[in-house]
Parts: sequence; C-alpha cells; structure tokens
Amino acid sequence: MKKTLFLLTATLVIAGFVIAGTNITIKGSDTLIRLGQRWAEEYMKINNGVVIQVAGGGSGTGIAALLNGTTDICESSRDMKEKEYSQAKDKGVTPYRVSVALDGIAVFLNEKNKVQELSIAQLKGIYTGAITNWKEVGGNDARIIIYGRENNSGTYVYFKEEVLGNEDYSEYTQTLPGTAAVVNAVSKDVNGIGYGGIAWAKGVKYAAIKKDDASPAVVPSVETVSGGSYPISRELYWFFNGKPTGQLKDLVNWALSEAGQKIAEEVDYIPLPRERANEMTIE
Amino acid sequence: MIELEFKRKSKLREFLGEKFISINAYAALIGILLIFVFIFKEALPIFTDEEIRDEVTVERMIFKQEFYEGREPKFSWQPNSDVPKYSLYPLFLGTIKAAIIAMLFSVPLGVGAAIYSSQFAGKRMREIIKPVIEMLAAIPSVVLGFFALMLLATFLQNVIGLTFRLNALNAGIALGLAVIPIIFTVAEDAMTSVPKSLRDAAIALGANPWQVSLTMVFPAAMPGIAAGVVLGFGRAIGETMIVLMASGNAAIVSASFVESIRTFSATIAAELAEVVFGGAHYTVLFFIGSLLFVFTFLINLSGDLILMKLKEKLQGKSN
Repeated sequence: MKKTLFLLTATLVIAGFVIAGTNITIKGSDTLIRLGQRWAEEYMKINNGVVIQVAGGGSGTGIAALLNGTTDICESSRDMKEKEYSQAKDKGVTPYRVSVALDGIAVFLNEKNKVQELSIAQLKGIYTGAITNWKEVGGNDARIIIYGRENNSGTYVYFKEEVLGNEDYSEYTQTLPGTAAVVNAVSKDVNGIGYGGIAWAKGVKYAAIKKDDASPAVVPSVETVSGGSYPISRELYWFFNGKPTGQLKDLVNWALSEAGQKIAEEVDYIPLPRERANEMTIE
Repeated sequence: MIELEFKRKSKLREFLGEKFISINAYAALIGILLIFVFIFKEALPIFTDEEIRDEVTVERMIFKQEFYEGREPKFSWQPNSDVPKYSLYPLFLGTIKAAIIAMLFSVPLGVGAAIYSSQFAGKRMREIIKPVIEMLAAIPSVVLGFFALMLLATFLQNVIGLTFRLNALNAGIALGLAVIPIIFTVAEDAMTSVPKSLRDAAIALGANPWQVSLTMVFPAAMPGIAAGVVLGFGRAIGETMIVLMASGNAAIVSASFVESIRTFSATIAAELAEVVFGGAHYTVLFFIGSLLFVFTFLINLSGDLILMKLKEKLQGKSN
C-alpha cells in the first residue's frame, strides 16, 4: 500500500512538472552527450520546473530528429551536410547553429621518442602508410607503429576527415578500444604513435603540431585549442529549429555564459574563447 | 486405499517432474535454434536487398577488388571509408594465424600434461595437477587478454625483439592458455578410460611403463586426443576477448606471425555496437557471425563424433 502510494505521488509529481514546467529534449552526438547531461543537471537545479531530457545516438541521429521535429536541440560534432540542409528546407525546418564548446585531438608519442613536432602533412603520411620510418620525420631509424581508434568511433572519423583528408588509414593501423588504451599502448611502445582526446594523456608526451611547414609547432592544451592556434580542433554545435526563444534561448545563453563554460572545462571539454561565446550568445 | 492414493499422487508428481525436466532440455534446444535463425535472418539482406548489394556482395567479400580505378586490385577491410571495403580474407587470415599459434602452443603442453597425469603421476600428484590445469578454464578470457596486453606482449617484445608489440604470436599464446584445459581434460579422460585389461596385457608381455603408455595407451586413446584438439581449435576460432585485446586488430594481409592481426570475432565485437542498424556494414557483421557459427558448429560436431566413435571402440574391446 505504502509502495503504491509512493509510486502514485511520484508519478503525480513528475506529471506535474511535465505539465506545469517546460520540457526540453536534447539529442545527438555521443561526443557531446556527457557535456549535455552535465549542463542539463545544473540548469535544472537553478531553474525549477524545467525538465531536460538528454539522449545520444550520434550526430546523424540528432540531425534527423531535428528535421523530424522530435527534438528541440540537436547536439552535433559536425556541421550539417548540404543534403541535410536541403532536406531541412523541404521539411520547413530552418536550422540555427550555435557553437557551444571546443574539442581538440592530441597526437601521442612515447616519452623516449626523439621527435617533438609533426606537421599535418607528416601525420597524414604516417597514418596513410606513406611514411613508415621515424627517420623520415627526424627521428631514429625505426619502424613507426601506428595506433588508432576503432572504426566507428567519432574520433576515428574526425581524424580521418581532418588529418587524412578522408583517405583510408594504413592497414597497419592497430585499432584499440578507447583513448586510454591508445595512450597505454604508446606508453609501452618506444616507436608508437596514437591520437585521442586531450584529457587522456598520461605517461606519454604530446607531439607539437604544425599546420604546415611554415607554421609554428603548437602543443595541445586548453589555451592553445581555445585560442585557435592548435590545428586539430573542432567546434561542437547545438542546432535549433529557427533562432531559439524563451526557455531555449535562456538555456543556450546560460551554457555560453562563464558559468556554463566552466562546467564544460570541468568535464574535460575545452571552453569557447570568451569572444566567440559572446558572439554566439543570442540577443 | 491410502496406498492407492499415495501411488496416484506420486505418479502425478513423477509425471510433472519428468515434463518439467524435458521442457528445460527443449528450452535450450529452442534457444539455440532461435539464435541460429536470428543471426541468419540479419545476414540475409546481403543476398536479397538491392541497396545493400550495391555496396557489398559475397563475391566482393571473397575476391580481390579494384577499389579505385587504375589501382592494383587488393584485399582490404575498411568498412568506414568513402569506398567501403569489406574483404573477408584479411580477417580470415588473422583468425587462422591466431588459431595455428594457439594450437602449436597448447597441443604439446595439453597432451603432454595429459599423458603425464594419466600415466606417470602418482595418485597425489595427479590430484593436484588435474584440478589446477582445469582451473585455467575458469579464468575469464578478459583477464587472459589483459595479461597478454600488459605483460606477455612486453615480455615477448623484449625477448625476441619484435617490431609490433601486439601481434599474432602474442594473441596466439594467450589463446593457447585458454585452449590447454580443453585439450587436457578431454585427452586425459580418454587415456584414463583405456581399459586396464589392455595395460595389464602389455605389462604381462614385459613392456616397461614408457612402452605401455606410448605403444598401447596413446594409440588406443588417439581418437580422444584428436577430439580434444578439435574442440580446442573450435574455441580458438571463436574466442573474442583475448584477441580483441592482444592482437592489435590491424587487418593486414601477410604471412608473418609477428605482425598484428584482426580476427572475425574481434571485428564483430569492436564494430557491431555502433553500426547503422540494418545497413550494409551491420549485415556484413552478421554474415561474419553466421560464418563463425557454422565453422564452430561443424568443428565441435566433428569433435563430438570422434569422441562417440572412441567410446564405442573402447567398450567393444573391453567386452
């Protein structure tokens, strides 16, 4: 009896919230889901009556949901494709894009490796299999052992698009589950190289990355990614149907505020530079 | 009267008990059948769905393909590419390489241990050896994989001086550890069940223990040992976690045993979680699953058949 009563009250309370408050759904990128959830929790704490549901599924899933009108906010780690923009037009959806945080991909080397810096072109050579020896990029005469992520990881896809210019990875790329496994492998392998999120580097060193031969070599850090000088970084987006108003506008402006960006940094994302965040903030 | 009542009750109980037990047996059968049907159903679109056949066909999975115009035809496993490439050959090669090394490592050890334990070891020694080796089977494969990933790989690299830390040899040895208890148990059982009369006859003719076990017991138990090896091979083909962790998962076409490999089972484990439901990649993974299912089914079946033959033979002789 007690249990039934409790359940009944709980249902009523939840139903009450849903009816009385605003219900916001967020859906999309698995890269962004952790941040979306943290923002949702914090925002619900300071705004009684707002219920936010966050779901993953991938950027593509989120965009499809936005076009079908089944989500208010779509989280995406990439811009929408031409095809998706034209589909949106057909469905009467006008996508409104807001950058909400940054993400950087670090390249890991073993601590004992002589090589300190690599250019994007060299990285591409290494990962497509055109460069196979460390001496070709200023290191010892030793075979380069390449480690990467499994082929369905978002990081795999991003690195492939951004660094390899969409060419295939070398067949010698050893794929490991998770950035932590990649870091571990490189830390045990003097001739190893790997890539992954910045927050995961322990026991290995970052390669400084040059955009091209003329550019300075930059080591990834919150400052260099946020400042835009680190070349392998991307903006992460929220998409809305039309310019957000009311509660949605309040939510996105709060996420872009210093408090919101500080939460992003706490959960290992890279906050937007202040100007960029201000630029994104909706009047 | 009371007795009759009691009889009727116990009859009913017997009836229900029997039905309950047989339902359990059928449930397992039906379960396996349903899994079988499900896997094949998911793989079927590769033969029927036009959209998927545009991207991949069985023929393209088996033969060398000219993926880019003008470039040399080759085998390649790159399902997430502008031009998705689904050659099964690199994966097949990896699976076989790992299994071969596992067998080379585990057959001598497993069979040797079985001969010692069944023929030469004293009663107390045997009581220690048998359960300890069989305990190997109780180690979760993820633990064996972790051991190979962290310790064995470094050890092998330092001792042999290998270029690739994670490779077929490393994965194969770890797989072998999982296979040893299977071979040992089956082979040991086969050798201990050789009738004592055979052995006594050999001793009576003046054979020493070596001669008895090598010329008498070993040949008589040969089918059982073979069955153990076959069952172990089935395990080596299907085992997933160890190879996923210890092999490096690079789909390379080469004859080398010290380069990385990617096996069928590890490919399914690594990729299935995030593929588009019902898409070409998804279907291909289920096709691989079906292949594995058929492989291991046939291998295990032949192992069991050999064992059955052995039992008939030994019983026939001892009568």
